[in-house]
Amino acid sequence: MAQTGSVTFDVEGLQDLLDVLGRRGFTVLGPTVRDRAVVPGRVRSIADLPAGWGDVQEPGSYRLRRRGDDALFGYAADAISWKAALFPAQELVWSGARTEDGFVAAAGHSPSTLGDPPYAVVGIRSCDLHALAVHDRVLMERGVPDAQYAERRRDAFLVTVVCSDPSGTCFCVSMQTGPRADSGYDLALTELLDGDHRFLARAGSERGEEVLAELATRRSTAGDESAAEGVVDRTIAHMGREMDTTGIRDLLYANAEHPRWDDVASRCLSCGNCTMVCPTCFCTSVDEHTSLSGGETEHWRIWDSCFSTDFSYLHGGSIRTSPRSRYRQWMTHKLASWFDQFGTSGCVGCGRCLTACPVGIDITEEVAAIRATPLPWPVVASAGEG
Amino acid sequence: MVADVTAGPETGTGATPAGDPLLPRPFRVVAVRRDTHDTVTMELAAVDGGDLPFAPGQFTMLQAFGVGEVPISISGDPARPGALTHTVRDVGGVTRALCAVTPGDVLGVRGPFGRGWGVADGTGGDVVVVAGGIGLAPLRPAVVAVLADRDTFGRVSLLYGARSPSEVLFGGELERWAAGHGVDVEVTVDQADPTWGGRVGVVTELVPGARFDPQRTLALVCGPEVMMRYVADALTTRGIPPHRVRLSVERNMRCGVGLCGHCQLREHLVCVDGPVFALDRVRRQLAVREL
Amino acid sequence: MQTIGDLLTAHPFFEGVDERLVRELERCSRNVHYRLGEYLFHEGESADRLLVIRRGRVALDVHVPGRGEVVVSTVDAGEVVGWSWFVPPYTWFFDARAVTEVSAVSVDATCLRDRCDADPVLGYTLMQRIAQVMYRRLQAARLRMLDVYEADHGG
Repeated sequence: MAQTGSVTFDVEGLQDLLDVLGRRGFTVLGPTVRDRAVVPGRVRSIADLPAGWGDVQEPGSYRLRRRGDDALFGYAADAISWKAALFPAQELVWSGARTEDGFVAAAGHSPSTLGDPPYAVVGIRSCDLHALAVHDRVLMERGVPDAQYAERRRDAFLVTVVCSDPSGTCFCVSMQTGPRADSGYDLALTELLDGDHRFLARAGSERGEEVLAELATRRSTAGDESAAEGVVDRTIAHMGREMDTTGIRDLLYANAEHPRWDDVASRCLSCGNCTMVCPTCFCTSVDEHTSLSGGETEHWRIWDSCFSTDFSYLHGGSIRTSPRSRYRQWMTHKLASWFDQFGTSGCVGCGRCLTACPVGIDITEEVAAIRATPLPWPVVASAGEG
Repeated sequence: MVADVTAGPETGTGATPAGDPLLPRPFRVVAVRRDTHDTVTMELAAVDGGDLPFAPGQFTMLQAFGVGEVPISISGDPARPGALTHTVRDVGGVTRALCAVTPGDVLGVRGPFGRGWGVADGTGGDVVVVAGGIGLAPLRPAVVAVLADRDTFGRVSLLYGARSPSEVLFGGELERWAAGHGVDVEVTVDQADPTWGGRVGVVTELVPGARFDPQRTLALVCGPEVMMRYVADALTTRGIPPHRVRLSVERNMRCGVGLCGHCQLREHLVCVDGPVFALDRVRRQLAVREL
Repeated sequence: MQTIGDLLTAHPFFEGVDERLVRELERCSRNVHYRLGEYLFHEGESADRLLVIRRGRVALDVHVPGRGEVVVSTVDAGEVVGWSWFVPPYTWFFDARAVTEVSAVSVDATCLRDRCDADPVLGYTLMQRIAQVMYRRLQAARLRMLDVYEADHGG
């Protein structure tokens, strides 16, 4: 499906793009290589990008590999998602001090190590774009918004790059979140390496149009367009995994006592890696930092994981004590309850949970196992019961 | 006057908090009363002089400065929003600090949060209130609201189970409700010494003999989850439709506003979808171990 | 003037039982009254009757050295007290004390057992009733064992 109105620019044009965004006041972020992984970082020039690097991801395994070319976005998914940039692991919610009248408390602000917003993110994948939309819904579009997330998210300029090299753990096609985004971005690029190293670009917003207009571009040829389509087609054909999501909410609700949960529990370490790398996980806890005198206190919000033993703690004990119940909670929430809570799936098929799991648990395999032998539908006690 | 309750589809949506729901608001302790060896009831007033309007069944996040905050149901009179009342049981670090307050101390309050009992949905019919232990505290505002409008309700029953006679809450008030407000009050304890002349037994045993018309009854239940499960069974066995039995579900709450994810009961976020739920919305979930 | 048969047939414990069967127990029964604080029976004594409580409240308690008397259950009007009369060795397991003035019908155990032996229909019906009440009491007792109101379960 060829897109009309696309333009093409070369690698120098990409540098110009970074410069234009910098001049427009954005802190530009993009994929960088650090500690032998592709992770989000500050990007000032194309030299900061992972040129020539690809990745090899399988359940429980991640490593970089040297490509035979200079592709700037030749990896699948960043090892950790963009979640940490916009929704940091530690956030000061408020700080307070005792006074004669009791205390005063003021909303806090904890600066990011990546620099100040507004952010321009160059190189975000379609799956992560969908994850961002999920976080927008969860953190901004319900009763009480997360004000600091909203501030970081506001005015963010998003440049998505179509995935050309999916990994063994990718399944965005099954989740309908990629490999090409069709909305939610300012600019969409496809990196083309056949012949000249160039980028086919489309604007997805007025701001995107304005920025494109500042670059030296030429109209895309039919050859450019078909090469770009070819990238998408090849990516779709090389998905590492797939997940049948038909009726998945009802399937997981009805199979809460399926023996597969015992099976996965015998492997799961409850380490919580999956929740750390998952771009849509959002659970947090509270840390109270109080001075020795007790006169000042800081109320911090920190990432938490439903795998932690006291996640469901009530006086007397936790509700979910067994690893079985905690794995079930995570997977059911992600793939099923999320629909009831937020109107979409919580999973974007990025595959990071497979990659990051030390024992290589694969949720696509877990879903398939339950689907293969579902429990008999329970007898409905009476109409109208949820 | 039944205070400020707009009934939602099943349970009452309550008043919304004033100000930033994530910032604690200073409240001064006006009075403290020791109820039992581990429970106190305190009355708080906002330092800024304002009110905290609430609907019966709602809770606040109550903060002991420098220690932490916990969700505590409001146990006061909804017609007196200037006097925030909380009944707190010492079960951990933060509640221990809260139970040790004296008049003049200042606590932080966020809220009110959650969906309340929706007492107005019971008008024109009978009301059965079943409380276990400290579960009577979140139900007290509902009873007070019903009694403020007594004529619009039919038979009102309060079935209350406590661990022992010394742990019966609001004893004097229970007598006043029974004597002067036409409430059938039945109290039972798990264990007692011979000075107790009342019933000894579990609160579920009070349901078969309670006087109400199942076809026009609203039942409100609060207590330990095990107790609520069995009481719910006893009530529906007597013929009350599940959607007319309301429970106050308790889960670990850290934010109170639906952002931290801790309080989930499958698809429900207890702090915003509850804590009061109609039985038909949570019965299946409560029946799954460790859900 | 109500006969003892009338009192029994009107009692909730016998609700739905063939009136003819209930009246067969009349010859085994007599009216009894207890004053507040009076013991109906003591642990270890010969369990020689079924007590059909008509008015008042009875507490079943047990003496625990160091704790005194602990009430394990109360039985109100409309219920019955006493099972030990049909389980050998036919001795009372707890003490029973009148918490208020109590009026009851006392059904002699030996007579009752003989009647049941002679009339299996009466025996089976009575056992059904007893089983149902014991079932509910056992459930309740087990729920109380959970001690759900206790804050700390060491978790």
